[in-house]
Amino acid sequence: MAAVATPTVTPAAPRSQRDSASGKVLRALRRAPVQLLVTVIGLLWLIPTLGLFLTSLLPAQAFTVKGWWQIFSKPSLTTFANYRAVFDNHAIMHSLWTTVEIAVGNTLLVVVIGSLAGYALAWLEFPGRDWIFIGVIGLMVVPLQMALIPMFSLYNHLSLYDTVFGIILFHTAFGLPFAIFLLRNFFVGIPRDIFESARIDGASELRIFIRLVLPLGLPAIASLGIFQFLWTWNDLIVALTFGQNVQPITVAIFSNLRQFGANIDLIAPASFISLIVPLAVFFAFQRYFVQGLLAGSVK
Amino acid sequence: MAAPPPADEPGRLARYGVGGIFLLPAVVILGVWILYPTVYTLIRSFFSASGSQWVWLDNYKTLFTTSALLTAIKNNVIWVLVVPAFVTSIGLVFAVLTERVPFAVAFKTAVFLPMAISAFATGITWRIMYLQDPSQGAVNALGRVAVDAVKSPGVLPDASPSTPTLTGSPATGLVLKTPLHAGGVARLGLTAIAPTDVPKTSKQAVAPVAKPGEIVGVVWRDFKPGGGVAGKVEQGELGLPGVTVQLRSGGKTVQSTSSNADGTFAFTNVKPGTYQSAIGASTFNKPWGGFAWLGTKLITPALLIAYIWIWAGFAMVVISAGLAAMPRDVLEAARTDGGTEWQVFRRVTIPLLWPVLTVVLVTMFINVLKVFDLVITLAPGSSQNAANVIALAMWRTSFGGANDFGVGSAIAVFLFLLVVPILALNIRNFKRDAI
Repeated sequence: MAAVATPTVTPAAPRSQRDSASGKVLRALRRAPVQLLVTVIGLLWLIPTLGLFLTSLLPAQAFTVKGWWQIFSKPSLTTFANYRAVFDNHAIMHSLWTTVEIAVGNTLLVVVIGSLAGYALAWLEFPGRDWIFIGVIGLMVVPLQMALIPMFSLYNHLSLYDTVFGIILFHTAFGLPFAIFLLRNFFVGIPRDIFESARIDGASELRIFIRLVLPLGLPAIASLGIFQFLWTWNDLIVALTFGQNVQPITVAIFSNLRQFGANIDLIAPASFISLIVPLAVFFAFQRYFVQGLLAGSVK
Repeated sequence: MAAPPPADEPGRLARYGVGGIFLLPAVVILGVWILYPTVYTLIRSFFSASGSQWVWLDNYKTLFTTSALLTAIKNNVIWVLVVPAFVTSIGLVFAVLTERVPFAVAFKTAVFLPMAISAFATGITWRIMYLQDPSQGAVNALGRVAVDAVKSPGVLPDASPSTPTLTGSPATGLVLKTPLHAGGVARLGLTAIAPTDVPKTSKQAVAPVAKPGEIVGVVWRDFKPGGGVAGKVEQGELGLPGVTVQLRSGGKTVQSTSSNADGTFAFTNVKPGTYQSAIGASTFNKPWGGFAWLGTKLITPALLIAYIWIWAGFAMVVISAGLAAMPRDVLEAARTDGGTEWQVFRRVTIPLLWPVLTVVLVTMFINVLKVFDLVITLAPGSSQNAANVIALAMWRTSFGGANDFGVGSAIAVFLFLLVVPILALNIRNFKRDAI
């Protein structure tokens, strides 16, 4: 993963150039404790997620007796009945679809609006451009709690309360400052000549944007898209505030938490389904993910 | 959209116009969804719950005098003190460690994985980890392994005497009141033992036969389906093996033995005198019940652990990138000059990494102030007052039943004020880079 984004530099060992057999053995022995430690930590880090997965494969009554690790001694307990029940549960399946709508809709909006603004702030001339960008940077840290109460009231007036679109727009607004920041900084790095020659050839700004900026900015746009997708897919607070019947999967599971033990056969598989999509996205695009992370933080 | 102006003689206004059009959607959304609400919330925080009355600073007074809200602030202070420091140090250690192993990519993926999972799913994941019963919750299961190593659980955690001749309490051991002499017989009957708790090696109990010079006896489950007679070893009643039986004299234990599969035991070479027979307290050691991680006392540490579990990967990846970008020759020079690994790390690596470490610390500071999802998911309803943090308090006050938009706004403003210094820092950084 990070090996792609950050070339791992193997620690050079110039002092032990003599590669005798005994030297090799000694070095391997010296490294063994570190390797063991790293292995143990890595496994430790995987346990909670593994625990959730194995819990989702246990019959509910088995879980009330013993934890998920009983599946190692009794593999025959493994059942997909919990998953079947979740897939047959219309409310949960519908909420999963709602999550898809929110995450995809928001990602598209943020990418389009963010790149338009990012390009304008990077390469188009107009008065107060830098001030607007500074303003955007300022908005990056505004906690979304600042907007919950006013938008709750406003949404009721605008009939946006309890709609997928209302939730998408709220996410878009709070995704945009980071999006504009990331893309503007990336676009600024594209050589000026490319735009200049396109302009001389008589290309319109819209054409330049579509034909040049979007393809050249793809790495940054991909990072941004993945971030936006994960953020909105994983959201709880926005949907909890602005939805009632419109429930993404997080909210749908959340409403079952009161009876945690009794509902574990629903909660565990539904949660695992909800996290399998972000995990897949993460594994498929981890390079962009890490790049976006570094671009957003190391500045 | 307006026709593009010829590039050689740009119509100024037209070019401004294009910029404006490109920027318009973003400006509208940011204006309506962030700027307007920020101003609205600021003003709203000076109004009463219903919004009809100007109450000056009353909402802020409520914020700093209500104990539930003070708990939230106090907890957030703990979060701020613990999380950035821990996440950064753990990330640093991991980043350095991964430089020394061949399977760095696999390790980094494992540690980074939680970053892709929602705080919500993490809450559920750790709720399973933290279940109190050590046979259900993995954290306490590990704890039980440690506790058992120090104080092993007894053979019979739940048992009581079958006849009043056996007195005392499980904490001190059960003592047979009847005095014994050499050649005597001790019958130690126990009941209230669940069939599943009877040791598997157990056999039919055998009534002991007196022997000269010895004190013999039996410890057995003085109960059979249908009842039986208390104090009498009967067919169908099981011996209790592995029970620590003591021979006491004047309150002191002079001999100790362990019962056989049929429950019998014997003390040999008994000198003349009066003795008492007792079942040692260790037999009744209760197994460790586990910590109540999700209870009101431990909920904040439990949350902190889960949160650090999520974010350590972030710190590790960012710091790894910083390490990779470090001038290797400087490190080599320091090593060649005879610096030990630790000295190089302390005096060269850390100072060179400092800007990156600061980024991680600041990012974590902001994140921690806004923590919400994890707390509302991981903390059960009964612990949420104890686990409260500012962002959660804001939501619960505004939308969690009380619906007090006045105090809710005040909490939001308070949260906002806490991140303003970061805002100033971001803008200063941008200006420095731009000029």
